[in-house]
Amino acid sequence: MEKKDIIQSFKDSLFTGLIALALFGPIVGLRTVSKGEGLFITPQWGVVFLLVGLCILGRFLININSARRTEFKIFSTLSSKFSSITEDKAKHFAITGILFAVVFPFLPFTDRYFMDVAIMILTYIMLGWGLNIVVGLAGLLDLGYVAFYAVGAYSYALIATTFGWSFWICLPLAGVFAAFFGILLGFPVLRLRGDYLAIVTLGFGEIIRIILINWYEVTNGPDGITGIPRPSFFGLPFKRSPDEGETSFHLFFNLEYSTMHRIIFLYYLILVLALITNYFTLKIRKLPVGRAWEALREDEIACKSLGVNPTNTKLTAFAIGAMFGGFAGSFFATRQAFISPESFTFIESAIIVAIVVLGGMGSQTGVVLASIFLIGITEMFRDLEQFRMIAFGGAMVLIMVFKPKGILANRKPTILMHGDKK
Amino acid sequence: MEYFIQQLVNGITLGSIYGLIAIGYTMVYGIIGMINFAHGDIFMIGAFVALISFIIFGLTGVALPIILLLVLLIAMLFTACYGWTVEKLAYKPLRGSFRLAPLISALGMSIVLQNYVQVSQGARVKPMQPLFSGGLEFFKNSEFIVTVSYLQIFIVVLTIILMGIFTYLITKTDLGRAQRACEQDRTMTALLGINVDRTISITFIIGSSLASVAGMMFVLYYGVIDFYIGFLAGIKAFTAAVLGGIGSLPGAMLGGLLIGLIETFWAGYVSLEYKDVAAFSVLIVVLIFFPTGFLGKPDIEKV
Repeated sequence: MEKKDIIQSFKDSLFTGLIALALFGPIVGLRTVSKGEGLFITPQWGVVFLLVGLCILGRFLININSARRTEFKIFSTLSSKFSSITEDKAKHFAITGILFAVVFPFLPFTDRYFMDVAIMILTYIMLGWGLNIVVGLAGLLDLGYVAFYAVGAYSYALIATTFGWSFWICLPLAGVFAAFFGILLGFPVLRLRGDYLAIVTLGFGEIIRIILINWYEVTNGPDGITGIPRPSFFGLPFKRSPDEGETSFHLFFNLEYSTMHRIIFLYYLILVLALITNYFTLKIRKLPVGRAWEALREDEIACKSLGVNPTNTKLTAFAIGAMFGGFAGSFFATRQAFISPESFTFIESAIIVAIVVLGGMGSQTGVVLASIFLIGITEMFRDLEQFRMIAFGGAMVLIMVFKPKGILANRKPTILMHGDKK
Repeated sequence: MEYFIQQLVNGITLGSIYGLIAIGYTMVYGIIGMINFAHGDIFMIGAFVALISFIIFGLTGVALPIILLLVLLIAMLFTACYGWTVEKLAYKPLRGSFRLAPLISALGMSIVLQNYVQVSQGARVKPMQPLFSGGLEFFKNSEFIVTVSYLQIFIVVLTIILMGIFTYLITKTDLGRAQRACEQDRTMTALLGINVDRTISITFIIGSSLASVAGMMFVLYYGVIDFYIGFLAGIKAFTAAVLGGIGSLPGAMLGGLLIGLIETFWAGYVSLEYKDVAAFSVLIVVLIFFPTGFLGKPDIEKV
């Protein structure tokens, strides 16, 4: 490397430092604190200088590295190797993954915390697979998917608390309600394309949330619904001391009572629900409607000219995607036993869309990897409560910048006319 | 009638704020075809920079007009830095990749900015003492006195001035010509010797500065901010941009005014709780009849 280069990169780093100072100076350096009557400012320049120093150093190292033309070489070779391995072995990966998921609750290191995280990841995987139908297959950008999740959760909660019906009756009903809302949203927005669709779906999600907050008579407003019935093991509740004339799970199977039973049951419940979603998607991709989705994603005009009805095709995508969102919502309601509008904010939609896109649009395995990665990252930063969302957002940006097509890019049509000609 | 006029004045004030944010969305959309989801948070950062400078200058005891001018310039400068950096870090590497990639990157950036401000400034709401007081009163003889506060006049006049400068910038200067050329065809513009990257950077800088002005107005008008204001204001402004026809600059201003008016009238006459529902419902209804907004270019499909 020449001396000129070093001076150049040094200057560049100083410029970065200047920008960093402008960025961090006011926001980090001058913290506003409320004291009594008004706001006062507490300077914290130490943090600012640390951050600015880090930026200068980082920029300088990157500059030197890129002058040697080895920029991120290790990273890109690693990641391309990783994707080629996973693409080749996608099938093996899926089988190992499912096997692992099945035995997971009985592994020696699995405790309550791991189970909770696993249930959360599986919920997101299911939501991701559901949304994948709309975004990944049909190519309709839906930023309000959480609305269907909310509709599912509230339908379940309201039906179960009002009529006292069991989980297995409420679950399909919640799915039907969510699908109905999917069609309701689908109708007005069918003519819209791309980003207009995105904002309308976003608005729809917000409308649902605002209605949930303000419609006190039905939804109990911001206080939410409490006392949602827990699921039972085909009629056997998970209770330490069952009511008169009732047998609980641990008595029936002659086991020591443990709260883990219910959690393990919930885990298998969401695993089965998620796998049903996956199986359904894989199958429907091969049916005419699934092929029409993929065709519509690639070229709407060509589809019309070939006699595909875009209206019906889009509506089915919305309805089916919404239905799975509704299923996941009922699961969420029964797991938490308490729901409030706070659980259904835009950020949830953003996370689900991020999972689908980061996984690689249309790739089922990608959704799994992205969920594990994103939820895992936020869990790793759990102790640093405030920084976990920064890490989450940062991970989204970084994955996109380094792998713009997602972890596993899968845009290949499911079926080709004369097989895969290579 | 008096009540109607009062709501009209309030609506125009709110609409000015939305319009200024909406311009940032529509400019970025016009030039690189992406929804800049982080723009609402840039607006929030502008509001914070303005709040911090108001506190600092409030201690010095300088006259109010000078404080306003200084805060305006400082907020624009620092917020523009944020806009510029966000573009360089999160969007520039993704230029030319598929459509959803920058959108996700922007969502990530929005989450980062929101939580960054939450960590560095604290999660609690920040109240500020009002700087402006008083106003003009009309219809003094009737039952309902219409008040147009000096602050509202200030906001509307400042918006009109900025719009004037901005329109001049876009229609008459070389920079504006380069920018409009980039909107039409980036490759061709580059071939004609225009630095496309620089033009895009400047677009972000202008958009962020206008958002920071909106942020300053927000601080003055509502007197209280927190790290979360960017989200709702952002999606409202984006709704405004879409309503007016995304990519169209007069459309953004028109859409902003409309959303502001709809919201205030709905809150004033129908129900306060559902004012946000009204804005989004109007958007959905309008888009059914005008699929590309009021002033948007019709979407011509080519095979």
